[in-house]
Amino acid sequence: MALLRVERLKAHYLVDVYGIRRAVRAVDGVSFQVEANSIFGIAGESGCGKTSLIKVLSATLRPPLTVQEGKVIYDLGNGGTDILSLDEEGLRKLRWEFLSYVPQGSMNVLNPVRRVRNTFRDFVRAHRVAAPSRFLAEVTEHLGHLGLPPEVLASYPHQLSGGMRQRVTLALATILNPRLILADEPTTALDVVVQRGVIQLLKKIHAEQRNTLILVTHDMAVHANLTDRLAIMYAGKIVEEAPTAEVFGNPLHPYTRYLIGSLPRIGDKAHKVSAPGAPPSLASLPEGCRFHPRCPQAMAECRQQEPDLADVASGHRVACFLHGQARHG
Amino acid sequence: MGDQGSTLLSAEQLTKRFMLGGGLSRVRLVAVSRASFRMGVAGPEIFTLAGESGSGKTTLARMVLGFVEPSSGSLQFKGRDVTRIRGRARRLAFMKDVQGVFQDPFDTFNPLKRIESYLRETALNFSMAATGKQAERVVDEALAAVGLTLQEIKGRYPHELSGGQAQRASVARALITRPALLVADEPVSMVDASLRMSIVNLFRTLKEERGISVLYITHDLATAYYVSDRIAVMLRGTIIEVGSVDQVLREPLHPYTRLLRASVPEPDPHGTWSEEIALGALEIKEYAQTGCKFAGRCPQELAVCRGTEPPEIETGGRMVRCHLYR
Repeated sequence: MALLRVERLKAHYLVDVYGIRRAVRAVDGVSFQVEANSIFGIAGESGCGKTSLIKVLSATLRPPLTVQEGKVIYDLGNGGTDILSLDEEGLRKLRWEFLSYVPQGSMNVLNPVRRVRNTFRDFVRAHRVAAPSRFLAEVTEHLGHLGLPPEVLASYPHQLSGGMRQRVTLALATILNPRLILADEPTTALDVVVQRGVIQLLKKIHAEQRNTLILVTHDMAVHANLTDRLAIMYAGKIVEEAPTAEVFGNPLHPYTRYLIGSLPRIGDKAHKVSAPGAPPSLASLPEGCRFHPRCPQAMAECRQQEPDLADVASGHRVACFLHGQARHG
Repeated sequence: MGDQGSTLLSAEQLTKRFMLGGGLSRVRLVAVSRASFRMGVAGPEIFTLAGESGSGKTTLARMVLGFVEPSSGSLQFKGRDVTRIRGRARRLAFMKDVQGVFQDPFDTFNPLKRIESYLRETALNFSMAATGKQAERVVDEALAAVGLTLQEIKGRYPHELSGGQAQRASVARALITRPALLVADEPVSMVDASLRMSIVNLFRTLKEERGISVLYITHDLATAYYVSDRIAVMLRGTIIEVGSVDQVLREPLHPYTRLLRASVPEPDPHGTWSEEIALGALEIKEYAQTGCKFAGRCPQELAVCRGTEPPEIETGGRMVRCHLYR
């Protein structure tokens, strides 16, 4: 079975504004599967719900973000566990040992007044009992694997550059050898040369630990370099999902086409156009297909009905009426 | 040396030193070191200053805008020394001619003021209009130039606009004074991916239709290639290579430019990197390094590189600061 199966997941931010209840529909009916040992990418613009989705998957969601309906089933070796049914103790065990979550801006998570070595020690202690004599050797070996010099252990976070801190955080996230790593924008805010190093590092971790990686970033070039499968999110929904090469080579959803078509490349001066208009607010979504106000190919039915994410070819799913599919509701 | 009179902007040995800390722990940081470049020599152009964080590109831009005074060197705009502008009237004339567009469009506007009234006041303050009626016309014109309509802006506060609209509005604000030069510091890095190219295209249109030159400051080499005519690459305060974007980005000469170029991820699943790169171990004190700032990381390092700073070497229509090309 798949390592992770998400079924019709809805997670909304419920907010009270002067007594009026409003729902910000950040994740609104998302279904997908992630196979073990793969790298799965989630792409989308700011405010499309990709970080909210990761928070649900990593069981780190806090109110006002609440799950409305749906299932998040992990293969923990006993026929599938829905994490939304787990209690606090079950979740605690799940986090970091089975999965590890690298949140956005994680290069700033290191405690500024503790040396990196002590952060590692706290971290390993909180999760399992390691003999103190073994601990340092284990950590040094792990860092060596990831190409980090042992000197970082004796440093304070402010003595390290942003890229170095990001690599230390990734080392921290992978030291317990998790089955699944959820990384949210791990290369954003890094310089290109360092970004390339971090991408290289993620590839290496994936190859050595043979685990699964879910990567969230708005940067399509990072997806092209790293992921096997790619899901494109728009306004709380997945609009297209296919093998990464397929998304870049044969994008079908008009939104994906704009996204891929407007990517600048060195050596190409051809005129690029952006999608017209702007993404909708998740608090007041348009009727019908959420992209229709910006879509140059919108038809009458696009304004009334929401297209389902349906298979158009083997392993290629699109939510668009242009690609002949059964209508619903 | 070209004719000083026809050059829009020319920097000669421009340097900015900052003093950090106080008392005994004072450290001198050279943010920009002897930077020389010219733009707008043969008509309007889009000139990119590219570099990683800490390369000094923003400090250089702030000197051009007149926000920061250079420590030494000269900076001339339309043949006049920017650092020696005295008197309110001449200062105002310079500010009219050189306008800035910044990374966060929401920071440009007063959050408590409606965008249109902010724009109208800008027109009045810079005496681009004498009456409210005239000011409205000036604002309309500026909005039309960036592809916004008054309906989209009317009665709105900055937070009610999308990132793309807000950035357009801040370009409109800059256009009100009819500048000859726009200094755009990372103008698209906060704009959504699906709208990014529309802002970049706007700079192209402004150059082609209104003859406005743009100093485009960015870390993103792909948009730099797309939009600009020429590019200067900065490393730790030093301009290390200048030339046309085709020359510099397609056939880079300086080893650092080559590394930078090779590190830009291609948006193509079939064009992924084959070889690995080595990252610097711990923070190298590259600012303090005498000689070439890239020595130590450079795969083609020579004996001379650590001790002597390479001079500006002209080769095939471009400038490169590297001992390899002597």
